[in-house]
Amino acid sequence: MTIRRTTLGGHTHEFASLSDLLAKATPARSGDVLAGVAAESQAQRVAAQYALADVPLATFLDEQVVGYDEDDVTRLILDTHDPLAFAPVSSLTVGEFREWLLIRAAERDEPAISGLARGLTPEMVAAVSKLMRNADLVAVARRTRVVTGLRSTLGLPGRLASRLQPNHPTDDAVGVTASILDGLLHGCGDAVIGINPATDSPAQTVALLELVDAVISRYEIPTQSCVLAHVTTTLRALERGAPVDLVFQSVSGTEAGNRGFGVSLDLLAEARTAALELGRGTVGNNVTYFETGQGSALSADAHHGVDGRAVDQQTLECRAYGVARHFDPLLVNTVVGFIGPEYLYDGKQVVRAGLEDHFCGKLLGLPMGVDVCYTNHTDVDGDDTDTLTLLLGAAGCSFVIAVPGSDDVMLHYQSLSFQDVLTARSVLDLRPAPEFEAWLARMDLLDDAGRVRELAPDAPAVRALLAAALP
Amino acid sequence: MTASSRRNGHFGGSGDDPWAVLRNATRARVALGRAGDGLPTARELEFRAAHAVARDAVHTALDAERVREALRAAGVGLDLLEVRSQAPDRATYLQRPDLGRRLADGTRLPGGEYDVALVLADGLSPRAVHEHAAGTVAAVLARLPGWSVAPIVLAHQARVALGDPVGQALGAGIVVVVVGERPGLSSADSLGLYLTHGPRPGRADSERNCISNVRPPHGLGYAQAADTLVALLQASRQLGASGVVLKDEGAALPPGAG
Repeated sequence: MTIRRTTLGGHTHEFASLSDLLAKATPARSGDVLAGVAAESQAQRVAAQYALADVPLATFLDEQVVGYDEDDVTRLILDTHDPLAFAPVSSLTVGEFREWLLIRAAERDEPAISGLARGLTPEMVAAVSKLMRNADLVAVARRTRVVTGLRSTLGLPGRLASRLQPNHPTDDAVGVTASILDGLLHGCGDAVIGINPATDSPAQTVALLELVDAVISRYEIPTQSCVLAHVTTTLRALERGAPVDLVFQSVSGTEAGNRGFGVSLDLLAEARTAALELGRGTVGNNVTYFETGQGSALSADAHHGVDGRAVDQQTLECRAYGVARHFDPLLVNTVVGFIGPEYLYDGKQVVRAGLEDHFCGKLLGLPMGVDVCYTNHTDVDGDDTDTLTLLLGAAGCSFVIAVPGSDDVMLHYQSLSFQDVLTARSVLDLRPAPEFEAWLARMDLLDDAGRVRELAPDAPAVRALLAAALP
Repeated sequence: MTASSRRNGHFGGSGDDPWAVLRNATRARVALGRAGDGLPTARELEFRAAHAVARDAVHTALDAERVREALRAAGVGLDLLEVRSQAPDRATYLQRPDLGRRLADGTRLPGGEYDVALVLADGLSPRAVHEHAAGTVAAVLARLPGWSVAPIVLAHQARVALGDPVGQALGAGIVVVVVGERPGLSSADSLGLYLTHGPRPGRADSERNCISNVRPPHGLGYAQAADTLVALLQASRQLGASGVVLKDEGAALPPGAG
């Protein structure tokens, strides 16, 4: 265990371990205070950032935050590390790596940045993000390219896709359909039409999968469906021959966290293989979808690493990306404001975390989206979600999540509205996924300038769409 | 004419609105219309109003006098004791759930031997306690003849698990925590009832049973909630446990009792 010291303003700060250094260098957030790992003063935080800037990237291959022998996520990360991809930055410190990234971003050298992914570990990426300001996170993420596909292509330059989330408190078929149609009429749903089921049962999952599959087939929509049930439930649905496009699972950055979610790496691999066998892709073969979020390991008391030391929530979040990328996902998103004020307290913390998660996921090679969202006991409102959404649009975010009128009537939280997606696309000149955009045009839902038309409720295109959907 | 005025005008309740069937099937905010790429003003303000009510419900201070008066009006004759958690204020409470589960230093409660104790906890919606706690408590007590019930405890800045040290200090066999639930956009005043057998610090959530969404007239009514709770209380006393075990054994329980 290396002790690291920094002298700042005549005072010497000492950091007992790599995980202590990472935690103390992290921009302030409530979850790290709750875990007892946060910096105790602003000066200590900056002192830690100084010390972290001097740590060689290669150190993260030798010195673990969560032990190799105790944790299968650490083993996965280190055993699949690609030295060739790492070579361009292998001699740099964390501070030098920040500058290397900013220079490549300014040069718009997407291949150089994007080519690093398999050579970087989650801890390296977490470390550099802690030295970056919000604009740094945006600038580098914008020049990191991750393209995935199944029946639509995601992550292309100048595009912003959306997950249409038509949740309903009782999974009512007509109620779900209403939200799907509303989203489609607003040009949303190109990343996925993804439902959180009210009941996690194989029968319910099959029913919802068939419902969405029927809508997608009827209108020949180039997108995919997902029912965000537990992976074991989706496996049962697969056994019953259900039309499964994507296998979904929430994942965590530690083995204990994943155990808390009731999953193992083997189980995820098994589910991915089963979904691949269906061969439902047209433009690609990415068949997994993962959700993550800072604080999930802490909330499961699964946030401990070497010598039982607590690890900061952002580093653990990056380790969850280390899990996700092993399964070649179509979609990954952090659910940034959902978990509550004990992890991210207010708009400032949520905006920061959203940009960190997006940057880190993308740099690690993930098709990174964000559920820009909040609960009513967090100090966040629509102004904060606007800020984060527009920054994410500028950062080249793969997709965001949208629900009717921002109000998820099943999970009782607020995400973006379909109108928010239209606004972000319009302000930043972003377009839907290309296959989906062509479909919108075919359905006469775009005007001559390529914008989603505002249609009267009784417009012929609306009547036709609605009439065909009703039971 | 804007989309929203069309929605309210021409198609409000008429058979002409192609959205009518769909809108009736969900409380989701579908077909709100647009102003450019944004929301029409009326829809935007509707949403803000719902959020404001929910936010205010979280940040309202628990008013002990108001609860005392409501209990008196509901005919509850038991004493009302007040306790606080270790969270000194709302901001700390929201960020430190661990403090909300522990009693403030120096808290004294009269020990005794009771079948059950009721703890009214502000939780995430003090407003829910103001509006529904007295009605709920009265309905529960009316269904517990022959049970010895501890003085009612009103807990400030409290999480569900604060009921564990409270119930233990009072000497209660079972503690029921009546707590304000996290407000949703359309439900700022919802109460939850959490039952724990043998309360003591360290009880896991899997050792509790919960009845959620007590919120007449939109959610569960007092009588209905009390029926379910009392059935759970009787089963718990008989079994000498609560939580998952009780749920598994509870085939005869009314729906929603798990």
